[in-house]
Amino acid sequence: MARASNPGISKKSAAAFAEPQGSGSDNFSLRSLQDTLESDRRYQATQEELLHLYEQMLLIRRFEERAGQLYGLGLIGGFCHLYIGQEAVAVGLQSALEEGKDSVITGYRDHGHMLAYGIDPKVIMAELTGRQAGISKGKGGSMHMFSTEHAFYGGHGIVGAQVSLGGGLAFAHKYREDGGLCLAYFGDGASNQGQVYETFNMASLWQLPIIFVVENNQYAMGTSVKRSSAETEFYRRGTAFRIPGMKVNGMDLLEVRQAAKVAIAHVRGGGGPVLMELETYRYRGHSMSDPAKYRTREEVQGVREKSDPIEGAKADLLKLGVTEEQLKDIDKRIRATVSEAADFAEKSPEPEPTELYTDVLVESY
Amino acid sequence: MAIELKMPALSPTMEEGTLARWLVKEGDTVSAGDVLAEIETDKATMEFESIDEGTVGKILVPEGSEGVKVGTVIAVLAGEGEDASAVQVPEADTSSEEQSPEKGGSVTEKGEKASASASTAELMEAKPTPRKADPEIPAGTNMVKVTLREALRDGMAEEMRRDERVFVMGEEVAEYQGAYKVTQGLLEEFGPKRVIDTPITEYGFAGIGTGAAMGGLRPVIEFMTFNFAMQAIDHIVNSAAKTNYMSGGQMRCPVVFRGPNGAASRVGAQHSQNYGPWYASVPGLIVIAPYDAHDAKGLLKAAIRCEDPVVFLENELLYGRTYELAQLDDHVLPIGKARIVREGKDVTIVAYSIAVGLALEAAEQLAGEGIDAEVVDLRTLRPLDTETVLESLKKTNRLVVAEEGWPTCSIASEIIAVCMEQGFDHLDAPVMRVCNEDVPLPYAANLEKLALIDTPRIVSAVKKVCYKG
Repeated sequence: MARASNPGISKKSAAAFAEPQGSGSDNFSLRSLQDTLESDRRYQATQEELLHLYEQMLLIRRFEERAGQLYGLGLIGGFCHLYIGQEAVAVGLQSALEEGKDSVITGYRDHGHMLAYGIDPKVIMAELTGRQAGISKGKGGSMHMFSTEHAFYGGHGIVGAQVSLGGGLAFAHKYREDGGLCLAYFGDGASNQGQVYETFNMASLWQLPIIFVVENNQYAMGTSVKRSSAETEFYRRGTAFRIPGMKVNGMDLLEVRQAAKVAIAHVRGGGGPVLMELETYRYRGHSMSDPAKYRTREEVQGVREKSDPIEGAKADLLKLGVTEEQLKDIDKRIRATVSEAADFAEKSPEPEPTELYTDVLVESY
Repeated sequence: MAIELKMPALSPTMEEGTLARWLVKEGDTVSAGDVLAEIETDKATMEFESIDEGTVGKILVPEGSEGVKVGTVIAVLAGEGEDASAVQVPEADTSSEEQSPEKGGSVTEKGEKASASASTAELMEAKPTPRKADPEIPAGTNMVKVTLREALRDGMAEEMRRDERVFVMGEEVAEYQGAYKVTQGLLEEFGPKRVIDTPITEYGFAGIGTGAAMGGLRPVIEFMTFNFAMQAIDHIVNSAAKTNYMSGGQMRCPVVFRGPNGAASRVGAQHSQNYGPWYASVPGLIVIAPYDAHDAKGLLKAAIRCEDPVVFLENELLYGRTYELAQLDDHVLPIGKARIVREGKDVTIVAYSIAVGLALEAAEQLAGEGIDAEVVDLRTLRPLDTETVLESLKKTNRLVVAEEGWPTCSIASEIIAVCMEQGFDHLDAPVMRVCNEDVPLPYAANLEKLALIDTPRIVSAVKKVCYKG
C-alpha cells in the first residue's frame, strides 16, 4: 500500500493538513495533562460562578426527577434515560466552553447536556412529551434532540455513533480554522465500540480539536465495567493512538471544571485530542424501564450519601459564605421553573398530522 | 400541599401492574430516593422511588392488588408542615386518566391514528409539484469525448472550485489518485486540506464525514467500493438520513457518499453487490445511480449542492467507457427525474446504471425484429420518478424492468408494485423483471456470466410481454 511503502510522502501530506505534533518525539507524554491536573485539582470558583453552576446542576436534577414522574404518568413514552447523579460532568465541562465557538455532541442520555448549555427546559420537556412545541417538533423524543443555535449536535441513539460524528465536528472546526473544539461525550459502554478507536486514530493522526469524554457511570445498561472491559481505566485507552488521558472525579464539580480548563488549553494550543475519563454514577436505572437489579440498593445509597455532586457543591457554597436561606430560595426558583416546563409540556398540543411528512428531506425534487 | 402518588408506568408498554409490596407504612417520613413500594410490570419487578420529601399520609391501594391501572392514586404524601393524618384523600377516579389523550397509545389508538394519517397522505399528495426538466443544451454546443471517470472527476473539481466547503475524503483518494482513478489530479489542484487520504476505516470516516456535514461542510466521501460501505451503513442510514427529521428540520446533513457499486468483474461474491435497493428503501436519503457521463457529471454536481444526504452509486465497469459530453459552463441536472434515453411505442424497458446499456442493446436488437422499445433510465432511485415510468407505460402498455442486482426486494420489485397500484388499467401484460440470478456472485467465469443479467435475457422478456416470445 502506498502509505506503508512510502511513509515519507505520507507524512508530508498529513503535515499539510494537520501538522502532527511530536510524532515519534521524546516529549510525548500520555500523563502530562494528568500531572497538570494533579498539581492543582480544584477550580477556584468565585461565589457567583459557583452559585450559577450549582443552579444548573440543581435544574438538571429537578428536571430529571420531574421527567421520571411524567414518565410514570404515561406522559413521556418510549425510552427515557435520566442523568441524575452525573450532573457535575456536563455542568463542569460545558461551563468551560466558549459559546458560539465550540460544539457539543452526546448519546441518548442527553437532557442534562442540553440544560447545561442553557437550552430552555420548556422545549426540552415538551419534546419528551412529544409535542409540537418540543425542540424537535415532537419528532425526535428523549434521545434525539438538537440545537444548532447552541452548537449542540445531539442527541444520538446509536451507542458510539456520536464519537465519530464528533470527530467530524472537530474536523469542521479545523477545516474552517474557527478556533473551536468539539466535546464528544460517550459512556463506558460505548467505549467498547470499534468506531471509537477508528475515530481516536484519525483524530490523533490529523490532530483534530476534540475532547473525548468518557462518562464512566460504572454500568453499560446492566453490565458492569468489570464484566465488559479488559482495560477498565478508560483514560488509558488513547495510549495506542498517542492521545493523552486524564482521570477525573466526575462527582466533584470543581475538579471537573479544572480538568476541563487543562484539557481545553491543550486542545486550543494545537495539541490535538484529549481523552478524559470522568468517574461518575447514575442513581437511576439505565432507562425508566430498568429495575437495576445488577447492583445493590446499598451501593446506590452509598454513592448518594458520600459523593453526591450537588451536596458537594452545596458544602463548597456554604464555605464561601452562602446562606442556607439563599440555597432554599434557589431550590424554590428551580422547582418553579421545572413546574412551569412540565405544565408547558403537558398543555402544549401534539404535532399536526401533516408534520408526519415534513422535514424528511430539505429540498423538494 | 398533599402530593398524590400515582401508579407509575414503568415500561414503554405498561398499562397496569401489580402493587406487590409496600415498603413504607402510614406515618413514615420519606425523602427523595427512598423506595416506597415494589411494583410488578409486564417485564420485571421495579422499585417505586419517592421523588419528594414528606410523610406518608394514606395508603389507598393495599399491597397484593393486581391490575392497578397506570395513573391510579395509590397513596398520598403530606408535605412539609402538613399533618399526615389529616390529608385529604382524593376521590378514587381513574376514569379521567383512562380518557386522558396523553395516556400511552394503545394498539387500537395507534391504528386509528394511522388511518387518520392516510387521509393526510392523500392531502399531501394532492398538491401538484412543478416538474423539473433537464436544461436544454444550446445548439452549437461543443461536444467532447470523455470517460465516465473523467466526467465524475470534473464534476467534483468544478464544485470544489465553486465552494470552499467541498472536500473529498476516502481511501487512496489523494496520493494514489483514487483506487479507480476517479479523483485523479484533485490533490494537485486542491491540496491535502481538501483531498484527504483516510486510513482503512469505513465506519470511522463515514461518521467523520457525516459529522463534518452536520458541522456545515460539504463532504464528498468516497468508498473504494460500496461493498465496504456496509461497515459504515449505520452512519448513512441512522446518522445522515434521519437527522433532519429527528431534529424537526433544524440540523441538515449535506453529505455525498459515492463510489462504485454493483458487480465488477471476477471479484467474487463479497465485492459484487448492488446496494441501490438497500439505500432506496430509506426515507431521508437521495439515491442516484447514473449510466452515462452526461448524467454522472450533471447529477454529481447536483448531489454536492444538495442540502440532503446523497448516496451516489457509480459502476466500475462503466468508468472507462467513453461518452459524448456537452461542454457547458455549469452542467447541473435535476435530481429525481428519469430520462427517456430511447423513444419507442411498443414496450417500455426501465433500467438504471449499467443495465441501461444492456437495455439499449436489447432495444436495437428488438427493432430488427419489429418491436419498438422505449428505454427509461431512472437515474435517481430515490425519490423515484414514477410519473415518467407511468407515462411511458400509458403509451406502450407493456413494461420490463432490467436491473443488475438481485430480484428479491429490488428496484424492479418496486417498479412492478408502482405499475400494479397506479398503472393497472394501462397494462396489457404482466410486468416482468430481468435481474441477476438469486445467488451470491460466483468467481468462475462461466458461472459469473450465468449469474449476471445480459441482453438476450432482456430481449426474451420483452418478447414475452409482447406475446411474441
